[in-house]
Amino acid sequence: MEEDNLNEMKEMILKYVIKEYIDDDDTTITYETPLISSGYVDSFSMVSLLVFLENKFKIKIPPSKATPEAFDSVNNIVALVNQYLNK
Amino acid sequence: MSDHSSYDELTTGFSWAIAEKELEYSPGDIINIGWHCSDRICQKGKAGKIALYYEGFGGTEKSYTFNDIRLAGNTIGAFLRNQGITEGDRVCLFMDRIPELYLSFLGILKIGAIVQPLFSAFGDESLFVRLENAGTRAVITQKKHLSKVRKIRSRLPDLELVIIVDNIKPSELEPGEILFSLENTEPVEKLELCPTRAETHSVLHYTSGTTGQPKGVKHVHYSIMSQYLTTKWVLDLRDDDIYWCTADPGWVTGTSYGIIGPWSLGVTQCVLDTGFSAQAWYRFIEKYRITVWYSAPTAIRSLMKAGDDTVREFDLSSLRHLASVGEPLNSEAVIWSGRVFGKLFHDTFWQTETGSIMITNFPGMKIKPGSMGRTFPGITGAVLDPVSYTPIDEPGKAGLIAFRPGWPAMMRTYWRNEEKYREKFVNGWYLSGDRSTIDNEGYYWFIGRDDDVINTGGHLVSPFEVESALLEHPAVGESAVTSKPDEINMEVVKAFITLKPGFTASPDLELEIMNFIRKKLSPLAMPQAVEFVDSLPKTRSGKIMRRVLHAREWGEEIGDISTLEND
Repeated sequence: MEEDNLNEMKEMILKYVIKEYIDDDDTTITYETPLISSGYVDSFSMVSLLVFLENKFKIKIPPSKATPEAFDSVNNIVALVNQYLNK
Repeated sequence: MSDHSSYDELTTGFSWAIAEKELEYSPGDIINIGWHCSDRICQKGKAGKIALYYEGFGGTEKSYTFNDIRLAGNTIGAFLRNQGITEGDRVCLFMDRIPELYLSFLGILKIGAIVQPLFSAFGDESLFVRLENAGTRAVITQKKHLSKVRKIRSRLPDLELVIIVDNIKPSELEPGEILFSLENTEPVEKLELCPTRAETHSVLHYTSGTTGQPKGVKHVHYSIMSQYLTTKWVLDLRDDDIYWCTADPGWVTGTSYGIIGPWSLGVTQCVLDTGFSAQAWYRFIEKYRITVWYSAPTAIRSLMKAGDDTVREFDLSSLRHLASVGEPLNSEAVIWSGRVFGKLFHDTFWQTETGSIMITNFPGMKIKPGSMGRTFPGITGAVLDPVSYTPIDEPGKAGLIAFRPGWPAMMRTYWRNEEKYREKFVNGWYLSGDRSTIDNEGYYWFIGRDDDVINTGGHLVSPFEVESALLEHPAVGESAVTSKPDEINMEVVKAFITLKPGFTASPDLELEIMNFIRKKLSPLAMPQAVEFVDSLPKTRSGKIMRRVLHAREWGEEIGDISTLEND
């Protein structure tokens, strides 16, 4: 994937995570911030994040791959999405 | 086998006076859970013993001795009293699992106020209905959750005080908000204890029902008798144990067995306030050398999914006794725990209303994987015929799980809803709302709920509450909410929706509706699937037939549909 597109994807996912899951304006979320293990995104909410990714990138992520580890940072999520793009 | 007598010996001649004697209580005495869990333990010579090991995200570590929690309870109690909080006032705890949550619990009880713990992931509407119903006078919260409180505050005339326990600048506070920092407050050595008695109200937990809004389950200080003895006998806690209850105190397990049980016994407990991951949990057990672990089937199944190799990366040899609660623990999970931990999870059954464990796989008793076990000594249980409400004697025949009232932790009423409370009793039995069978050895085998309430990951969700919230979304015409099977959470919420004219079904609209409910109610209540339909199955009188949708999702017989409306 082109680097520009990759950066665009990262930025889009980061913005979505901040908008949907972070209540406190003072919380700083980066591409590396743990999302699941920190408790910012719980296991139930992870389902809505999965639906967002599938809708936005027109992909289907198998349930076995939608693990807390795979969703634990924006960088991890981008890596996961990349596996299913162009398939 | 633990150092106590066998199940049969304990059951014969059982009396709650055993707990009264051990807690040095005589009828008519002052009894206060906050005092029993801290001051009394200090008086027993354990002031310097660790009461709480806390670990937050990023490796934040804190520890508190029993003297520390005694002083903290005093300090918080004195602060609240200075703010005008008095006996019988409802004080809500709306926090993550930070130490202030556990310490405030003691302080509120010491001054005779009623603790109302609420899950910090609740959205503003879930928070509102519970605070409004309770007539809550004060909320103790964190800055990160303040926006949800502020959003609903103008609709809560009884809410006089919002206390923020972490770092917020005074300039950011709004009228009626106050900062309280335990670390920056002079500890209060002596607090005048409210002379609470056995029947003084203590804890108000909210639970979901099939119809109407959530109900406030009212407990009393005397409940400690049940919680103390069940913790000692079922969780098998001993003086040198290091205990971990993984439940959040927003739910009853997190208070009955995450605060009252271990601390009334003077046992050290651990709290991990981070998101779930198998590695983080195993590392926590290894680090603190946890010996007794009380968890939930959803978590256990998630650990199973993480694989056996992950278990082997850690030294978990400290574990001595494992127990589970929330929803029925499947036999595969019990067998798995025996293989990887060398210990079987002991399933237990109880509810917000019962306040303490009712059915259990007692330590030392033969475990039948998949069974909830037998009734706790002193508890009279049965499965009742759903028509006559009389006990079924035939082993293996399904009925309604019921108990004879009279144990100390039994709820005393539903807050401001005496009528619903009375409906829970028939022929002198308390009806749990769950169904099971009993085998010829007295073991209970869970079947399911007797109503439409959804048990997802061990938490009850009211379909009515979700349906009501869905109708507030501009695209939703009608809605019906039921559950669908889920490998990890047993069942999850599913919504069937008809759209208003002008709206079109799409994946983006599905996501929008999911997030709408997640923020308004809670992540637990969020439909994990939305199905857009042209119409919903209804009776001729117009009532939506949830059971038809439920049967379809679960592949069950639909049953009698003679009242189904023809399209």
